[in-house]
Amino acid sequence: MDVSVELALTVNGVPVRRRVEPRQSLADFLRYELELTGSHVGCEHGACGACTVRVDGTPVRGCLMLAVQADGSRVETIEGIAASGELADLQRAFAEENALQCGFCTPGMLLTAQEILRRNPRAGDVEIREGLSGNYCRCTGYHAIVQAVLRAGGVREKGQP
Amino acid sequence: MKPAPFAYHRPASMTEAFDLMERYGPGGRLLAGGQSLVPALNMRLATPAAVIDINRLPGLDGIRVTPEGLVIGALCRHAAVERSPLVARHAPLVAQAMPHIGHLAIRARGTVGGSIALADPAAELPACLVALDATVRAARRGGTRDIAAAAFFLGIYTTALGPGEIVTEVVIPRPREGWRSHFGELARRAGDYALVGLAINSRVEGDVLLEPRLVFTGVGPTPARAAGAEGALAGRRPDPPAIAGAGRALDADLDPPADVHASAALRRQLARVLLARGLRGLMES
Ligand SMILES: Cc1cc2nc3c(=O)[nH]c(=O)nc-3n(C[C@H](O)[C@H](O)[C@H](O)COP(=O)(O)OP(=O)(O)OC[C@H]3O[C@@H](n4cnc5c(N)ncnc54)[C@H](O)[C@@H]3O)c2cc1C
Ligand code: FES
Ligand code: FES
Repeated sequence: MDVSVELALTVNGVPVRRRVEPRQSLADFLRYELELTGSHVGCEHGACGACTVRVDGTPVRGCLMLAVQADGSRVETIEGIAASGELADLQRAFAEENALQCGFCTPGMLLTAQEILRRNPRAGDVEIREGLSGNYCRCTGYHAIVQAVLRAGGVREKGQP
Repeated sequence: MKPAPFAYHRPASMTEAFDLMERYGPGGRLLAGGQSLVPALNMRLATPAAVIDINRLPGLDGIRVTPEGLVIGALCRHAAVERSPLVARHAPLVAQAMPHIGHLAIRARGTVGGSIALADPAAELPACLVALDATVRAARRGGTRDIAAAAFFLGIYTTALGPGEIVTEVVIPRPREGWRSHFGELARRAGDYALVGLAINSRVEGDVLLEPRLVFTGVGPTPARAAGAEGALAGRRPDPPAIAGAGRALDADLDPPADVHASAALRRQLARVLLARGLRGLMES
């Protein structure tokens, strides 16, 4: 039985049209159909946050959304968001604070951190830790990541680039 | 793992949704936020013939105040409820509980109706609805019916919903004069399902508790009302002896499960800690 469904959306600003199987997750669609491998797939049950992407401006779990559900939506991945320069300060802060090693969790961390700072550039330690609680990092421990987000927030507060 | 194949439908009207539910029977699963169903599909714990995506059903995503009380549509995302000034004003208990549900990306998709229909005994919303005497409204072909929250949650992942019924909204009665509420929980990681949670709703006169309602999560198959502890507190000031007495009464009220996360004894102890904290929070609120 062919149950495939037609899907039309924009990904990183580019219109995309494909036929997909309904069982394909948005994360797998981005990785396998569009070769956008920046969002990673870890646990596939919503626990690790490695698959985080933005749908219509909001971070969601790419593994817990069917690709067909993104029909008509605006999807942004780490590739598009980083290329736009939106994350430049966070990326710099992650490097400066040694907040990444293997990089597996980093795209999800960056997107989540961006959302935390978007809501509150002055977010403190507790707010940042709570906001990042849905993202596992198996390499660095979380301290350096929290420091990096604090640093980027501090810079944004002062209105510096 | 990846889901087994299934057919995908996206009904645009309730009638179409009822048709699909009838056509597939138990082989059709409703998909709302997907934050519980999709993990089950991914792990092949669920292998439905069809997934019926209700996200585009009209009229189920509003939050409004009516003479009945605060009405929250089934398709309201957790994040929208969390940010709603109406919820903060008319159901502060729910507003307080929302940030405890999952993580921010999960709250962006998960829905009120999904949480209710899933009936996870560790979930926050079911306990809040029971504490607030709320009503779950469900639609089926040809009608709707109202089910008291206390009669809706029947067991682990089991509700009073019949075949072909869709939760459309929940109705939370208007806050009554002199009533206060408080929500608290203890989880291993912020946002994960809690080991134990507690929703308190009580009439408070001066510093005396009248009609206290204590509803725990994570300690039994459904949101668990602690009748003995409620009795031990009714008509009293929640001072240390009263709190200790209520804590002892919890031993008979609660029969918590033991699992890989915590022993039954630990859950009992955490329930007592939450009770003391919750009562303090209630009195300070
Ligand atoms: C990592 C993680 C942590 C989480 N932590 C928590 C937590 O702490 N507390 C908590 O409460 N939840 C938690 N959740 C679950 C999450 O909140 C879900 O959003 C919620 O339980 C289900 O809502 P949903 O809209 O995603 O439903 P779905 O996953 O779409 O559906 C769940 C079930 O409900 C049925 N259903 C959905 N909508 C309706 C309806 N309107 N009428 C009838 N049946 C319906 C579906 O058929 C399915 O059986 C967590 C999830 C994850 C992945
Ligand atoms: S892969 Fe999606 S949360 Fe882990
Ligand atoms: S840097 Fe390796 S998992 Fe976080």
